[in-house]
Amino acid sequence: MQIDRRLISHFDWTLFLLSLAFVAVGVTTIYSANYDLSAGHAGPLPTRQLTWLGLGLIAMFAAMSFDYHYIDRLAYPFYGAMLLLLVLVMAVGHTGGGSQRWINLGFFRLQPSEPAKLAIVLVMAKYFQADEPPRGYFLRDLWVPFAMVAPLIVLTLIQPDLGTAIILGIVFISMVLMGGLRLRSFAYLVGAGLAFLPVAWHFLKPYQRNRILTFLDPDRDPLGAGYHVIQSQIAIGSGRLFGKGYLHGTQNRLDFLPAQHTDFIFAVFSEEWGFVGCAVLLLFYFIMIAYCLGLVQRAKDRFGALLVFGMIAIVFWHVAINVAMVAGVMPVVGVPLPMVSYGGSALASMMFAIGVIMNVSMRRYIF
Amino acid sequence: MATLTEINKQDGAPELRRRAGLLYALLIIAFFGLVARLTFLQLIQGERYTFLSENNRIRLKRVPGTRGMMFDRQGQLLVDSRPSFDLIFVPEDADDPAKTLRLLAQYLRRDENELLKTFEESKSRAAFDEMVLGRDVDWPAVVAVESHQLDLPGVSLRTRPRRNYADGPMAAHVLGYLGEINQKQLNILKEQGYVVGDEIGQYGLERRWEELLRGQSGGQQVEVDALGRRVRVLHEVTDVPGYTVRLTLDRQMQEAAYEALKGKEGTIVALDVHSGAILTLASTPAFDPNVFARGIKSEEWSALIKDQLRPLSNRATQGQFPPGSTFKIIMAIAALEEGVINPESFIQDPGFFFFGNRSFRDWKKGGHGAVNLHRAIVESCDTYFYQLGPKLGIDRIAKWARAFGLGEKSGIALDDERSGIIPDTEWKRKRYRQPWFPGETVSVAIGQGYVTVTPLQLANMMAAVANGGKLYRPYLVSKVESVDGTTVREYGPELIRTIQLKPETLNRVRSALNDVVSGPHGTGGAAKSQMVEIAGKTGTAQVIEMKSAYLKSEQLSYFNRDHAWFVSYAPVDHPEVAIAVLVEHGGHGGDAAAPMAKKVFEKFIELKKKAAEKQEVQIEGETRAN
Repeated sequence: MQIDRRLISHFDWTLFLLSLAFVAVGVTTIYSANYDLSAGHAGPLPTRQLTWLGLGLIAMFAAMSFDYHYIDRLAYPFYGAMLLLLVLVMAVGHTGGGSQRWINLGFFRLQPSEPAKLAIVLVMAKYFQADEPPRGYFLRDLWVPFAMVAPLIVLTLIQPDLGTAIILGIVFISMVLMGGLRLRSFAYLVGAGLAFLPVAWHFLKPYQRNRILTFLDPDRDPLGAGYHVIQSQIAIGSGRLFGKGYLHGTQNRLDFLPAQHTDFIFAVFSEEWGFVGCAVLLLFYFIMIAYCLGLVQRAKDRFGALLVFGMIAIVFWHVAINVAMVAGVMPVVGVPLPMVSYGGSALASMMFAIGVIMNVSMRRYIF
Repeated sequence: MATLTEINKQDGAPELRRRAGLLYALLIIAFFGLVARLTFLQLIQGERYTFLSENNRIRLKRVPGTRGMMFDRQGQLLVDSRPSFDLIFVPEDADDPAKTLRLLAQYLRRDENELLKTFEESKSRAAFDEMVLGRDVDWPAVVAVESHQLDLPGVSLRTRPRRNYADGPMAAHVLGYLGEINQKQLNILKEQGYVVGDEIGQYGLERRWEELLRGQSGGQQVEVDALGRRVRVLHEVTDVPGYTVRLTLDRQMQEAAYEALKGKEGTIVALDVHSGAILTLASTPAFDPNVFARGIKSEEWSALIKDQLRPLSNRATQGQFPPGSTFKIIMAIAALEEGVINPESFIQDPGFFFFGNRSFRDWKKGGHGAVNLHRAIVESCDTYFYQLGPKLGIDRIAKWARAFGLGEKSGIALDDERSGIIPDTEWKRKRYRQPWFPGETVSVAIGQGYVTVTPLQLANMMAAVANGGKLYRPYLVSKVESVDGTTVREYGPELIRTIQLKPETLNRVRSALNDVVSGPHGTGGAAKSQMVEIAGKTGTAQVIEMKSAYLKSEQLSYFNRDHAWFVSYAPVDHPEVAIAVLVEHGGHGGDAAAPMAKKVFEKFIELKKKAAEKQEVQIEGETRAN
């Protein structure tokens, strides 16, 4: 396979630079989140995140190095690999924070649920790439995609990782809708989902139930489950218009925030940069997502458009759920802020996703 | 590749293009929602959250000012504050609170279930609020916690001054006690810097002198992290100790009085007749103010309140009793001053007095025979005073009783003092809307009927008799000093009024009071002392009216037995101290109350002699040195 010079000239700088900007915000905020006032530094995490950036860049360029139509062939093997890893994580996984999510690779602890999000997009894009039936897809047409997605969701729920399970489900639904599901069928699906809720409730761990109950009534347990939400809102709110200044967030520095460099990093950022900072950060996400919706419209084929849509849907849902959760309008579920939260698997997966989009973007001019 | 070309649709994906167009709208709505939420949190509620975040990180560690000490008139310590240790636990600072508590129980040899129960019960407290596992823990516990500090995350010791009443219950009703500030007080005193959990004087001098004793709390503004660990001190204010209060009370006389009263319900008040300074104020049953200092348990408190013998009541100022025969002093003075009798003329006492259609009985069956004023006082003849009553009339009796401070609050600096009742026609009309019946005057003449007084009032009355008619306001505090010894305030005698008395009146009454104790038929012979000449008057106040039979007090149920009085002053020639003794349900004043007064007088003389000897030695030493 040769590199076409035209490809290089069509390299998507917009997405590339936006991604780097998010990582830059991430690394500086991780630095602040781990800054030790007395020691005068922030420990190894910011540096490590830069290492993960290297890994992410490799993933990104790997994702755009070949014509995306090959993904059609790679989708099932990739999916199979993810399924295998998720089963593996059950068997030999590393436990942390009360759930079993990681596989230790020596230098790196892989969290397979992150790339698993990509697998859903790949197999769905493959399944829905053919022209839609004239009256759209019926529920009976969804047996195969559902059979592929269900094991992934069940395996992440068992870990337990409610956040990822929700993302998997929501991305699946997004893809199905985008792929052309009849609206009436979608309504049936929603109905079935609602009917399934009590059953799902039964399978939730007590702490997960607690989070949901706490969200519905934050004062239910202000010292326990509600504590994080309250502290996070205090952090965001006390940032006010311009923030407390970089490295000066007291909620963050004095450890009032939970998971401050991972899922709650937005609270750290808000406290220090205020409303203005938040607005700019959200604007960047908005630009990236809107730009990608443009790519969906301009992609030269259905497969490419579905790939772009799926990948950017992942980004969108992460941002929406993460910010809503940290700002106290959604129950606390573990969902990272794309490319900002600390974590190698998440960063590399996200950059791979952007790489896939850039791949489609580069090749839309080539026929 | 065939498959690839097949997939390659040149016209792109029209359906997806349409749907993506819709998604722009959804995207805008979603981000608008997020920004709206941030606007609410950061711009609308920003101030509130800023306050909350400050609240989060800044803890105020208050150091209450050490409360002022109290000394007696000789400089002996009555109340101070000693350092004590409270055992504090902040569960949020421990990884595993239950484990920490189990370890702690082991080190302190305490029941772990009890500690865990306290912990469970305190679950509702605010985050990072400390819970008190033990107040004023003993020294071995302090050592154990200090030496195992590393195994006991979240456990700490806090020093705090604990009020210490050197003599326990001895002067409880004067000194009072401290208690946690209640909501009502907090509402009023918030501006003076009181906060929830503060101790405040709730009774006695502790309450009345709260402002001066209290001192000013200092404190530190400390920045803490989420684990409550101190990061740095932002501000510091040093505390100011409270003022020292010097009392007129004499600790040793107080002790003598308290010992004399032990096991009985009653009170002894001793005054300096030339100033109104209170030397002794004992009331029994008493309570131990130290129990309040260590934190009174609710069952202890309810036991105190429900106790039929009312240990919390200060009988000297709050107890209102019929004065009984002690009131005859007022009667005698009134009669002499108003000139209604010839003190030398005798009347016949058959043992009863007929007035209207009623017979008033003398306490002595068969009567005292021929009695004049002197004998009537010495032997406490009721009949003599019965007939005096109608001669004087109630309004003149009341006038003289009030002149000596009866029926009005003395104005002593203790809360809830009672005034007692001195009835007259006006009072009766107001109170019962009835005219005064002359027969009622007969009862009043021997200190029964509507008349009630407090023991403090009678002590003050005796002081006025002893000093020639000067009625002083009784006081307890002579001096307030700052910690370095400079005088802040000083208190001396405050004359309420001078009662104009003829010298003859004073002489006759005094000589009769003298013979009550020292004369052959005196009712107060039990007060006769080898050390000092005492003058006084006994009294036996009926709690219920005797209908017919002469019953001995043993024949009556306890709460119906008579109160025993003895009011007195000494030394006879140059009076210095006046004492009133009341023993509730003690029976005869001469038997029950008089010996108690004697003990306190003797203690006074003994102390005076000692002081004089000391001074002599000093003077001798000085002369020799010269």
